[in-house]
Amino acid sequence: MLRASLVALALILLAPSAWAVAVDKPLADPALEARARAIHKQLRCLVCQNQSIEDSNADLARDLRLLVRERIAAGDSDAAAIGYIVERYGDWVLLKPPVKGGTVMLWLAPLLFLALAVLLTVLWYRGRQAQPATAATATPLDDDEQARLRKLLDGDER
Amino acid sequence: MTAELGHYALVLALAVALVQGLVPLYGAHRGEAGWIALARPAAAVQCLLIVVAFGALTNAYVSSDFSVLNVASNSHSAKPLLYKITGVWGNHEGSLLLWVLILALFGGAVALFGGNLPAPFRARVLAVQALIAVGFLSFVLFTSNPFARLLPPPVDGRGLNPLLQDPGLAFHPPFLYLGYVGFSMAFSFAVAALIEGRVDAAWARWVRPWTLAAWCFLTVGIGLGSWWAYYELGWGGWWFWDPVENASFMPWLAGTALLHSSIVVEKRDSLKNWTVLLAILTFSLSLLGTFLVRSGVLTSVHAFATDPARGSFILAFLFVVVAGSLGLYALRAPAMRGGGLFAPVSREGALVFNNLLLSTACATVFLGTLYPLFLDALSGQKITVGPPYFHATFGPLMVPVLLATALGPMLPWKRGDLLGALQRLKFAVAATLAALFLTLVLAHDGPWLAIPALAIGVWMIAGALEEAAQRLRLFRVPVAESLRRLIRLPRAAWGATFAHAGVGAVVIGIVASSAWQEEKLVVMRPGEVLSVGGYEVTFDGAAEFQGPNYTGVRGAFRVSRDGRAVTALQPEARNYPNPPMATTEAAIRTGWDGDLYAVIGDPTGDGAWSTRLYHKPLVHWIWFGSLVMVLGGLISLSDRRHRVGAPARRTTADAVPAAAEGD
Repeated sequence: MLRASLVALALILLAPSAWAVAVDKPLADPALEARARAIHKQLRCLVCQNQSIEDSNADLARDLRLLVRERIAAGDSDAAAIGYIVERYGDWVLLKPPVKGGTVMLWLAPLLFLALAVLLTVLWYRGRQAQPATAATATPLDDDEQARLRKLLDGDER
Repeated sequence: MTAELGHYALVLALAVALVQGLVPLYGAHRGEAGWIALARPAAAVQCLLIVVAFGALTNAYVSSDFSVLNVASNSHSAKPLLYKITGVWGNHEGSLLLWVLILALFGGAVALFGGNLPAPFRARVLAVQALIAVGFLSFVLFTSNPFARLLPPPVDGRGLNPLLQDPGLAFHPPFLYLGYVGFSMAFSFAVAALIEGRVDAAWARWVRPWTLAAWCFLTVGIGLGSWWAYYELGWGGWWFWDPVENASFMPWLAGTALLHSSIVVEKRDSLKNWTVLLAILTFSLSLLGTFLVRSGVLTSVHAFATDPARGSFILAFLFVVVAGSLGLYALRAPAMRGGGLFAPVSREGALVFNNLLLSTACATVFLGTLYPLFLDALSGQKITVGPPYFHATFGPLMVPVLLATALGPMLPWKRGDLLGALQRLKFAVAATLAALFLTLVLAHDGPWLAIPALAIGVWMIAGALEEAAQRLRLFRVPVAESLRRLIRLPRAAWGATFAHAGVGAVVIGIVASSAWQEEKLVVMRPGEVLSVGGYEVTFDGAAEFQGPNYTGVRGAFRVSRDGRAVTALQPEARNYPNPPMATTEAAIRTGWDGDLYAVIGDPTGDGAWSTRLYHKPLVHWIWFGSLVMVLGGLISLSDRRHRVGAPARRTTADAVPAAAEGD
C-alpha cells in the first residue's frame, strides 16, 4: 500500500509534465480536428477563470480537450460531444450559459437595461422641455466667484 | 527596525486621516477659517507618512528582510532587483499599501496644486478623500498588516510566482490602481459639490483633469494587462472576459461616460445631476473591483465565507461609501437644476447618447460578472458567463456608440443637423464604403459580420481625421494659416480626435485579428516547412536547455517570405522548480500586416514536436490604438484650461482685473 502510493508519488513528480504545457496532438483528419477545436472554444477550463479549454495550459483543460477529440473521433455529433461533457460536469462548463431557469434574467437583462435607459432619458428630456429653463442654481455665484468663473472660461474663448 | 517604523508611520497616517476627514468638514460647515486651513497641511503630512511606510516595506524587500512575514512569503534573495521592488505590490498586503499610497498622493496633489479652488470647497474635497483613506488604512492595519514579523526568520523566502516575474505584469497593477484611485478624485469632488449643493461649469472644469488623468492610467493599465496575457499565456488570447478583467473594465466604461458628460456640464450647464451620479458610480465600481479581486469571492463564494474578515470589511466599506454618497445625492440632487435646453440632434444629444449606451453596456458587464455569484448564493446553481455571452450582448450595444463617435463632434451645440453632418463627412463616408467594398472582395473568407465591423473602425478613424482637417480648414486656407490653427485651437479638441481615432484602431485590430486569424496546430519534424499567413515557416527542431532558475526546451523556426529570409523564431517552454510552475514563452514576430506567433509543445517521440503557429492580422493595432487613445488623453490634459493657475495668454485681462490674483 505504502509502496504503491510511493510509486504513484514518484510518477506524479517525475512525469514529463515539464513539457506538458503548450500544445497537444491534433486529430489526423483536419475536418474532425476543426470540429473538435470549435467545441473546445465553447467549454470552460474547470480550474481557470473564464478561459476556454482551448486557451488554457492547465492539465485538466488538456484532459478535456483529449476527451472531446475522442468523442469526435468516435463519431459523435457536436451536440452529442458537448452533451457528453455537460453530463459529467454540469452547465458550469458551458461558457455560454443556456437559456433556462435561473439564466432567463441574465439574457433578458441587457434588453431591459437598454429599454429602461431609453425610457428614463426620454422622460428626463420631456420633463426639461416642459418647464421653463431656470438658470438659477441652489446657491447663485457671488460677484467674486463670477469673476473667477469668467477667468476660467476665458481660457478657450477667442 | 524599519518595518516597525513603517508600521508606526501607517498608524500615524490613520490618525492624521481621521483629523483631516472630520475637522475641515466641520470647519467648512461652520465657516471657521482656521479649521478649513487644516486640510492642506494634513493632506501633505498624511501623504508623507504613507510614503515613509511604503518606503519601509520596499526597503524590507530590497534588503530581503525575511523576518518580515510578507517578504518571506513573497520574495526570494535570488530574485533580480526589479522583481524584488515590484514584488512589493505583487501580493495582497503590499498591493493595498500601494492603493493607499496612490490615494494619499492624489490627496497631496490637490493640496499642492489646488490653489485655484475656493478654500472651503478644497477643504471638503480633501476631507472626503481622507475619509476614504481612513477606510483603507483601517483595512490595512486591522486585517492585512504588511509589517507583521516572522520569528524565527526563514533562511530564504518562498519566491514570487514566475508568471509575475515579467515587466508587463510588474507595472500593470500600479497603472491600474492609479486609474482606480484616480477616480476617487472625481468622487470626492462630487460629494463635496453635493455638500455645498452647487454644481457648475467651474466644478466640471476642476473635475475633468483628474478624471482624464485617471482614465489615461486605467487605459494603460488595462492595455498592459491584455498585452501580457497575449505574449505570456501562450495561446494568443488577450481578453477573456474573466471577472478580474471585467472588474477593471467597468470603471473604465463608467469613467469614459463621465469624461463625456462632464463636457456638457462645463459647456452647457446641463446634465449636472447625472454627472455627479456618474462620478459616484465610477468610483464605486473601482471599489467593487478592489472588493472582487481582494476578497477572494471570485475563486469561490465559499472561500469568501471561510475567511470572511477581509471580504466583509471591504463589503461593509463599499456599502457605507455607496449608500452614504447615494443618500446624500438623493437629498441634494433634486435641488440642482440645469439650464441649457437642446434639441435631440445636437452635440449635447450625441453626448447623452454616448452616456446612455456606455452605461447600459457597463450594467451588462456588471450583471454578467456578478450573476454567477448571486445565482450560486441564492439557488446553488452553478453557471459560467463566458466570452460568448459578452460578445452577444456587449458587442451590439457598442455598435451605435462607435458609429456616433465620428458624428458627434460634427454636430453643433443646441441644435444640429444629422444629414448636414454626414455631408460634411463625405470623405469619411467614401473611405468607409471603400473599406466595405475592399474587404468584401479581398477578404470574404472570414465571418460576414467582420466586414461591417471592420468598416466601423475605418469610419471612426476617417471621421476623426476629416473633422480635424475641417478644424484646420485644410486646403481651404493657406497652409501657414492651417498650421497656425493647428497650434492655436484648443488642445482638448485634438485630444478627442486622437482618442476617437485610437478607438477606431483598436476596433480594426480586434476585428481583423479574430476574423482572419490563421492557426496551425501541427506535429512538425525537423526540416518540415509550413505555410502560415503568407510566410513559409521551417522547423529546425527543438532542444533542452538550462536557464538561470529554470529548465526548458527551445524550438527553432526559420521564417521566410517568397524565398527571402525574414526572421528566426525561438519559442520556449520553461519549467520553474520553485515554486513549481510551467510557463510558455511564445516567439512573436510583429510585421506591418500583423503578428506571427509560434509556440513549442510536446515531443511526440521519433524527433517530431507538436507546435502551434498563428498569424494574427493587425493584432498590434489593439495596443497601438490604446496608446493613441492615451496620447489623446494626455493632449487634452495639456489643454491650457486644465493647467490650473496658469495665466491665460491672450485673455481679455482688462475685463477681470480683480480676479487675476486668485485666492
